[in-house]
Amino acid sequence: MSSSSITLEEAAVPARTETLLSHHFDDVEQQSNASILGMWFFLATEVMFFSGLITAYTIYRALSPEAFRLGSLHMHVWLGFFNTLVLLTSSLTMALAVRSSQLGRRDRTVWYMVATAVLGAGFLGVKAIEYSMEIEHNLFPGVNFQVPAEDAAALAEISATPEELQQNLGHFQIMFVLYFFITGVHAFHMIIGIVIVLIMAALMKRNWFSGNGTTQIEAMGLYWHFVDIVWVFLYPLLYLIDLSGGH
Amino acid sequence: MSAPAIPSDPPADYLTDHTVKSWLLTGDHKRIGVLFLISVTIFFFVGGAAATLLRLELMTPKGDVLASADAFNRLFTMHGVVMIFFFLIPSIPAVLGNFLLPIMIGARDMAFPRLNLLSWYIYLIGGLLGIWILIFGGVDTGWTFYTPFSSMYSNTMVVTAAVSVFIVGFSSILTGLNIIVTTHTLRAPGMTWFRLPLFVWSHYATALIMVLGTPVLAISVVLVGLERIFRVGVFDPALGGDPILFQHLFWFYSHPAVYIMVLPAFAVVSEIIPCFARRPIFGYRFIAFSSIAIAIFSFLVWGHHMFVSGQSMYVGAIFSVLSFLVAIPSGIKVFNWTATLYKGSIRFDTPMLYALGFIGLFTIGGLTGLMLASLAIDVHVHDTYFIVAHFHYIMVGGSVMAFLGALHFWWPKITGRMYPEFWGKLSALLVFAGFNVTFLPQFLLGWLGMPRRYFEYRPEFQVLNVMSTAGASILAMGFLLPLVYFLLSLRQPRNAGSNPWGATGLEWQIESPPTSHNFHGPVLVTCEPYMYSPEEAEREYAHEQLVHHS
Repeated sequence: MSSSSITLEEAAVPARTETLLSHHFDDVEQQSNASILGMWFFLATEVMFFSGLITAYTIYRALSPEAFRLGSLHMHVWLGFFNTLVLLTSSLTMALAVRSSQLGRRDRTVWYMVATAVLGAGFLGVKAIEYSMEIEHNLFPGVNFQVPAEDAAALAEISATPEELQQNLGHFQIMFVLYFFITGVHAFHMIIGIVIVLIMAALMKRNWFSGNGTTQIEAMGLYWHFVDIVWVFLYPLLYLIDLSGGH
Repeated sequence: MSAPAIPSDPPADYLTDHTVKSWLLTGDHKRIGVLFLISVTIFFFVGGAAATLLRLELMTPKGDVLASADAFNRLFTMHGVVMIFFFLIPSIPAVLGNFLLPIMIGARDMAFPRLNLLSWYIYLIGGLLGIWILIFGGVDTGWTFYTPFSSMYSNTMVVTAAVSVFIVGFSSILTGLNIIVTTHTLRAPGMTWFRLPLFVWSHYATALIMVLGTPVLAISVVLVGLERIFRVGVFDPALGGDPILFQHLFWFYSHPAVYIMVLPAFAVVSEIIPCFARRPIFGYRFIAFSSIAIAIFSFLVWGHHMFVSGQSMYVGAIFSVLSFLVAIPSGIKVFNWTATLYKGSIRFDTPMLYALGFIGLFTIGGLTGLMLASLAIDVHVHDTYFIVAHFHYIMVGGSVMAFLGALHFWWPKITGRMYPEFWGKLSALLVFAGFNVTFLPQFLLGWLGMPRRYFEYRPEFQVLNVMSTAGASILAMGFLLPLVYFLLSLRQPRNAGSNPWGATGLEWQIESPPTSHNFHGPVLVTCEPYMYSPEEAEREYAHEQLVHHS
């Protein structure tokens, strides 16, 4: 009894190159649907995660619009703009990777994924430059944080009482807390994304995936686009509060 | 479409392989459920030990059992953190949801078995960190981590606690993700949405809250951690921060979390009641949709925890009205369960005793919840023992009763063995009686004005506090008893058979314990759930009596 059922099971397991169907799925389509749906609900979790942060941003900005405007003037708008372009391009290459895997062109898929990872790394590089400049100007929150003199003066001008000034100065720092934290969490998501894209590209190269790995790459693509879209929200919220550029 | 290729089922049941490795690397939803059962049970008794010490301390008005008020603060914090994050939230969904949900919908496993196992490891890491805190210092903020005390002033291990809660949150998210995707994609042919057992509907609603609420808790505890580490004022008013924002973020998760704890209890009761009343559930669709309605409402009522926090009076009024609305779907459930009992052929086996106890205690908890949703009464009893009694009626009287009822109901399925019925009934009665003796006096104490979270109290409150502690000792007996007889039952031969309760539902049509892939062949569902017949039950009973007496 037992031996016969073992042979049956072995026979039921298809060769890896054809299809990699887990035992609890009926067919590949069901398995693929499950993976994609799982990724969508995971992204719902991620949306709520960033929503909490954007709520905090909204409240403090509503409390001290001027502090947030002044804080935003310290952002490097053009570096941010460049990074936005880089990230949008990486989404394009990601979409092309998905498409070429659907068409069964493995080599192209690998190269599009490598391109995606390179663009992602480029984004992080530019972000690192921005961070270093901000840290140099003592804008990293904590013990070394200093409100620049002209901003302190501007905030003093609009504050009626010393308490209000204290609040506004506090909110000026909170702007940077939120800036570093939200973009930091975003960068963390980028790092995870780059690592996974590279691993998947390597596996793809070795023909590890069943089919053309379309499901896996699609799910990865959803994640990548999500991280991209988060940046599309963050860039205007943090960098573009006031484009006139003056105090 | 070609016939689905069903891998042949290994003949052995899921418990056969005894190696440690086979357990630690398992992808089997049933084994993961059992792993969770063992871990949450340990945490339940850790949290229970803390509760025991608290009740001993509160037997006398003066602080005398514990070394200091500080120790008392740490103990009630640990009691809350352990019971909520490490026991109640994973209890039913991760144990019974994991074990039963795929079987109930005719699937061979959860959609993502490896994520499922990962969720247990994540839970374990968070839990061990929690134990670490317990041993090496503790936290004194209360399980709510209110700022700015938690972020600036407390000298305890708040950051570690925040990390621990953050980690455990991911376990909960993964469980929720699995439940949602499994329900969507792995239903057997013929298992339409309205043929799903209500257990599945309730778990689906729970999973929605887990997936959408938990990340907000994660973000709020991370911000507390950042504020402590970098000394920046996200929530500290001295640095321009807003402590109320923390409360908003925290309760945005932690109010829905109440429904993460109680919706699975509804799930269990909706299975037990029709089985032991031998009647189809009354108002199936109303119960199903009321679960979804509760999940939606749960996200709109968090402000009722903050009536005295200084939030706008108008916001308070709106939250008050919205909180009253939760009573509608909850009421629908209670009325439908009682309507199911009407003209049923009721048997009072242990699971049914727990389920009936649940209905009574949950109703008291729910009705006092309405009192608390009224602005004026809440201002009066805020932060008193009235609140403590209210939420224990929901969480212990509701969730823990249902968890125990579920364990008795499905123990034969999980282990293949029956528990001793007499001791089971005794435990149900002890828990019910002990619970009421513990927490009814606390309603009175709160109404009289005894504040919660105090080490010492005025002497006139002593009588009621002694009653409460006496009740707690009965309750402890009621909890220890099942631990003993469940473990002893494992030494017995497998005597349960596949369907000891004569219940409907796919899980009762397979062996006890189930085989690794649950079913031997393709599953086809052709009928509604809960096809019980009270008339047939009467005839069977009469026949049994006849055989018995002849």
